[in-house]
Parts: sequence; structure tokens; C-alpha cells
Amino acid sequence: MKKHTIVALLQDRPGVLSRVIGLIRRRGYNIESLAVGHSETPGVSRLTIVVESEHVEQVVKQLYRLIEVLKVSDVTDDPTVEREMTMIKLHAPPAARHEIISMCSVFGARIVDVGSNTMIIEMTGTPGKVENFIEVVRPYGIKEMMRTGRIAMVRGARGHNAGEYVEPATNGVAVPALN
Amino acid sequence: MTKPLTGAQIMCEALIREGVEVMFGIPGGAIMPFYYAMWDYRDRLRHVLCRHEQGAGHAAEGYARATGRLGVCIGTSGPGATNLVTPIADAMMDSTPLLAITGQVGSHVLGKDAFQETDITGITMPITKHNYLVKNVDELPYVFKEAIHIATTGRPGPVLIDITKDAMQKTTVPNWDIKLNLPGYKPTYQGNRRQIREAIKLLISAKKPLIIAGHGIIMAGAHRELQEFAERLRIPVITTLHGIGAIPENHPLAIGMPGMHGWVHVNRAIQECDVLFNIGGRFDDRVTGKASTFAPNARIIHVDIDPSEIGKNVRVDVPIVGDARLVLQALLEDLPPPSELAELHTHASDWMEHIREMQDKHQGKQQYKNRAAMANMSLPPHDVYEALSRTLNARGNYRVVTDVGQHQMWAAQLIDWNQGPRTHITSGGAGTMGFAVPAALGVAIAYPNETVWAIVGDGGFQMTNQEMATIMQEGLKNIKVAVINNGYLGMVRQWQELFEHKRYSGTPLSGPNFAKLAEAYGWKGITVERSEDVQSAIDEAHATDGPVLIDFRVEREVNVFPMVPQNKSIGEMILSESQA
Ligand SMILES: Cc1ncc(C[n+]2csc(CCOP(=O)(O)OP(=O)(O)O)c2C)c(N)n1
Ligand SMILES: [Mg+2]
Repeated sequence: MKKHTIVALLQDRPGVLSRVIGLIRRRGYNIESLAVGHSETPGVSRLTIVVESEHVEQVVKQLYRLIEVLKVSDVTDDPTVEREMTMIKLHAPPAARHEIISMCSVFGARIVDVGSNTMIIEMTGTPGKVENFIEVVRPYGIKEMMRTGRIAMVRGARGHNAGEYVEPATNGVAVPALN
Repeated sequence: MTKPLTGAQIMCEALIREGVEVMFGIPGGAIMPFYYAMWDYRDRLRHVLCRHEQGAGHAAEGYARATGRLGVCIGTSGPGATNLVTPIADAMMDSTPLLAITGQVGSHVLGKDAFQETDITGITMPITKHNYLVKNVDELPYVFKEAIHIATTGRPGPVLIDITKDAMQKTTVPNWDIKLNLPGYKPTYQGNRRQIREAIKLLISAKKPLIIAGHGIIMAGAHRELQEFAERLRIPVITTLHGIGAIPENHPLAIGMPGMHGWVHVNRAIQECDVLFNIGGRFDDRVTGKASTFAPNARIIHVDIDPSEIGKNVRVDVPIVGDARLVLQALLEDLPPPSELAELHTHASDWMEHIREMQDKHQGKQQYKNRAAMANMSLPPHDVYEALSRTLNARGNYRVVTDVGQHQMWAAQLIDWNQGPRTHITSGGAGTMGFAVPAALGVAIAYPNETVWAIVGDGGFQMTNQEMATIMQEGLKNIKVAVINNGYLGMVRQWQELFEHKRYSGTPLSGPNFAKLAEAYGWKGITVERSEDVQSAIDEAHATDGPVLIDFRVEREVNVFPMVPQNKSIGEMILSESQA
């Protein structure tokens, strides 16, 4: 099944993430990766989600049914920058460290902690590059690993500023944050 | 207004401001502050005490479906709230504007498994258009306004507001100067003009066009425009289960219901048509049968206010997102003058003639009623419907609510629906047994001067018949209940008979003496066992100034035909047991 990268702007209200995830689950689409956080505009979150679906336009339309969903774009075929981050706690006895360090510099990974027999390595890159790096260090013995979800941004002038989708509260009425 | 009010008073004020007059509910611990405040508003906000929250929810649905206005139901936290789940899901499937108000435990114990705490916003997330948990009294004016706006606009649907007990008890000076902040909710009402012209082009070039009129016509109040449009182009009109009332069935262009228990000529026409214009229907699988085989020769135009419905079940050539009424008005404006439609009208009469020929050959109403097999039955269900249809249409001023099962399909098929929109109300999308009696209660409150018939199976009746007490307590004299009592969960039994070697697992059904039960509730109860007594019972029900139940003890094992077996093409209808 084709994988689609969808970027969405969400009004920041309680429960909005469970609404999005619940909707995608119940419509039978598989979530491969998900990342969400603040956008450039207060009150708006930006979400990147990778889903497997034959009918991605249905995913998009269904997401729009959620009241807090402001904008949904399937950016799969757009020129984008995609990044993912991983932290790996690697088995690293003193004898292996030299090799590991040079490997890291090839991939632009950073060593952020060194223990007596371990190292924590932080690496950011395209999902493919992260994947490669993991395979390269795997033989040393991965003790723990954590990957963030993918985040994607459309290159150039295209894409959407979150500010376009929210109206500043007017006539002095504070809009409740609803929590 | 600078007077401080309690949260509960603000809720009452907010409802009154939005035009709410009636609410259906049951009190309990967490919602008690609301009931406390309600006392002061009792002359403006009528509260109907139901016997089960499910009944309250369906009553609110019935009220909403019959009027087009918001229906409001109330439950307390925990079990009160979970009892509302079924009607909320039902309202979601049938796009019913419903506001469910639930009490929640105090905010200081929220999340601690407090007595009667249930995460009702979590539970109802997938079955509401939107929902809210309110813990702060200051949010109440805004939340009520937004919730009611969402429930009643665009594609209507259920919205739930869960309010902690302390938020109802605290006082504040309400701020009614509310500007809605809904940047992600902007329903499209006007159809795209280019697509509208495209639709007209297609319809005018068609030789065998068809219109499917769905629930959207009823909800948008577009029945007049629909009729005018169909008449101008002389296109035959199909009405779905929820589209009943969009055009009177005695209109020369009306051809009847499609789908699983629709008519043969209607389904065949769909399979033959070259342009299919669906307004406000959602191509439910009960309409399409196996979707990949549906309307194979047709270019499809689909009008729906919800963009996600377009292209969901069947491929669409001309999508139009918009309100059925506004789109039809635009279509009417853009139609060419009658002088340019002469050729079209010739095709139209050939096509209609063809459909009517198929209808004469296959049409059920007479044929199925008179089948030889029914000759020895002392009370075939068809006789009940025939008498009801005749009597109701002679009297006028009626609405019918049906439940779910065989009796529901017979009602859709066998009653002549000439009474206009919102006079046939049923649970379609969810198929919720137990809908009819409480929904009829809501309808009867909305229209005290009309006769409201609930047609219900013996199974569904036993799910919510406790609302007979509510009907009595509210003094609703205009409700008449027809139990089509076949001693079975009939629709399931039919499938078992036709497709599962007559293994009647869990379908034979006994019940109390329904007429006596009705009498126990203070109603009049009548039992009918023979065809010759049907008419007098119906007449007696009408002549009685009070609620009446008629227990029609019909022949037990009669099937609903025609029928499209599940996952079959609608071109493959079976007409009798021997074809299954
Ligand atoms: C709440 C609920 N439970 C189960 C079903 C499944 N179901 C559909 S039709 C039907 C039989 C209904 O029996 P009855 O009310 O006697 O009506 P009949 O079909 O006999 O006319 C059942 C059990 C349902 N639709 N709703
Ligand atoms: Mg039955």
C-alpha cells in the first residue's frame, strides 16, 4: 500500500490529537509515523503523519470533518524536506569507540553521552539516512533506541502559514482555551 | 446583564437564547445542579422525564427529525451518560441535530474513578460531530453557543457537552457577547457554479437519467425545488428510505425506493440509467448493493453537503459540495428555457414508459399482497399496512415513526407516502431497534395536533416500551402504536430462513400480552388476530382520545420481498423464497 505523508494544521484544543488518531484508526488506515508540536502561530499545532492508504483523499476529507482541523495537505508528491531523529544507546567498550566515533562523523551523528561501556548517539536526517545509520551501528549492539516521528515541510514558497487559518479574537472577547 | 448566575442557570439561559423549548432527560447526582436551576425556567424550558436515557435520546431525535430543530437530551454522569450512547450514535449516522448534555463528577475528583465517573467525551468521540468537557463555569456561554451551532449547521449531527458538577454550581457573570472562533469549520452551502453547469449538461444530454433524492432533500427543505427540477427535465425520482417525503409517491415522476428492499423496477432502472443524479443521499450499502456493480452505465452527479461523502462509496463524475436546496435553486436558474428541452422530453417519456412497464411487471405492492401463499393466512402483515395507508391518507395530518426490522421495510414499501417531508421517520443508518416508541414521543410533543403512529416490531417494542409511561405522564393523546407482532426477531429470522438453513437461533420471541401491558400503563390496548378486524381497530385508535396500542398478531413467517441478498448487485433481486 502506498505511504502518504500528510501535513495538517490543528487548532490547539484539548483532545484534538486523540480525535485525529481515533479517526485514522477507526477508518482503517495504518499510522506509520506521527509527530506533532507547536507551529509558528500560537494556538495552532502542526502535525506530520505518515499513513498507509489506497484512498488518501478519503483520509484527507475525513480529517477535515474534525472541527479543529484547519488545513490538511497530502505532500507525498511535493518537494519537501523530511527529517526524523533517533537516539541510540550503543554497546561501546573502549576498544570499539574509535571506530564508532568515525562512523558517527560520516553520518553527522553526535555523541551526547559516554558511559563506561555505552554511548548515546543522537542522529537527525532523512528517514532513509536514519535507517541506514541504524543498520550501520546495529552490529555493535543497540541497547536502547528511540525514533521520533517524521516531520515534513514543503520547500519554497508553497506550504501554509498557520496564521492564515486563525482569526485573532476580536471585540475583547477572550476565546476560552477550553481547559 | 451583570447579575452573577450559577453555571446551571447559564446553561438554561443559553438554551433559551438558542430557541430550545423542550428537553428530554433523567436527573442524577452529577447533573442535579442543572435540575435545580431548571425549576426557575420551567415555564420556558419544558423538561420531559423519560424512563431510560436511551428513550430520552431517541425522543430528542424524533423531535429533531420531525421539526428540523435541535433535539436536546440530558443524562447524569456514568450510566446516565452511557445510556445516551446509542441515540448519539444513531443521530450521527442519520445526521440528526442533537445536543446531549451530561453531568460529570466534580473537577477535583475527575480522573480518579470517582463514583459514577465515565469518560463520556472519550467514549463519544467517534460518534459525535464534536464534544466538550467543561470544567470552568466561564466557558459555558461560549461552549453552548458553539456546540449548538455545530450541531445544527452544515451536515447536522450530535454534539455532547459534559459539564463537571462544580462548573454548574459556581457563579459568574456570563458574557453573552460571543463571537464564534471556528476557523476549521466552514461548511460549504453554495455549489460550485461550473460543476452545476456540468451537471446540467450531463442531464440534458442523458437519454435515461434518474434522480435519487436522499435525506439531504428533507434536511435542507428542498422538496419543492426537487419537484420543480424533476418536472422541468421530466426525470424520474427515486426516494431512499430517508428520502421518503421528498416527492409524493403519487407524483407521476416518483418511482419509489431503491436498494436491498427497494422495488425491482427501481433497481433495474438504476442499472440501466446513463446519468444518475444523487442529491443528498450517501450511497449507503443498503442502497448500492455490491458497490462495484452499481449503476454500471451511469455518469454520476453527487450533491452532498459533506465533502467526505463524495467518492466514498461509488465513483463520481460530477461532485457538487453544497446544500441541497441552494444547489437545486442554482440548477433551476441555469436550466435552458423549455423550448430547448423538447427533444429531451421525448426521451423522457420513452424512458418513463419503460420504467413503468417494468413496474407493472414486477411492482410489489399488489403482487406481494395477493400472493397465493397469503390466501390462507388469517392476518398477513400486508393487510395491516394496506389499511393503515388507506386510513392515514384519507385522514391526513399524520406522521409515522418506524423501528427496525421487517415491519420497517414493509412500512417503507407498502404505505403510500404522499404526506410530504418529515412524515416518515425511522432509524436508517444505525438501524437501532427501540427507536420508534420514544422517537414517536418526541414527534408527538412537536406536533400535538397531528396523529403520530409508531410502527414497531415485537422485538424492538420490548427494548424501549417503558416510554409508554412517559407518554402517559406527559398526557400525549396523539400517539398510536402498531406492534407488528410476528413472534420473531423477524428480519434476522428471514435471513436465517433464506440463507442459513432455517437455523432459527435466538430469533423466536415471546412477549407479554401487549394490549394488557398498554392497559397497565393507562393506554387503550387492542388485539387484532384477523384481517377483518384490522380496519375497525385502526378506526377505534383514531376515535380514542388518548394513546392506543394495537397488537397485530400477524402471520409469523412472512418475508420481505423483493430483496437483494447481501453483497449482491442490485440487479440480482430475489422475489420469493424459492429464488434464495
Ligand atoms: C439494538 C439492536 N439490536 C439488534 C439488531 C439486529 N436486528 C435487526 S432487525 C432485528 C429483528 C427485529 O425484530 P422485531 O423488532 O420483532 O421486528 P421484525 O423484524 O420482526 O418486524 C434485529 C434483532 C438491531 N438492529 N438493533
Ligand atoms: Mg418481530
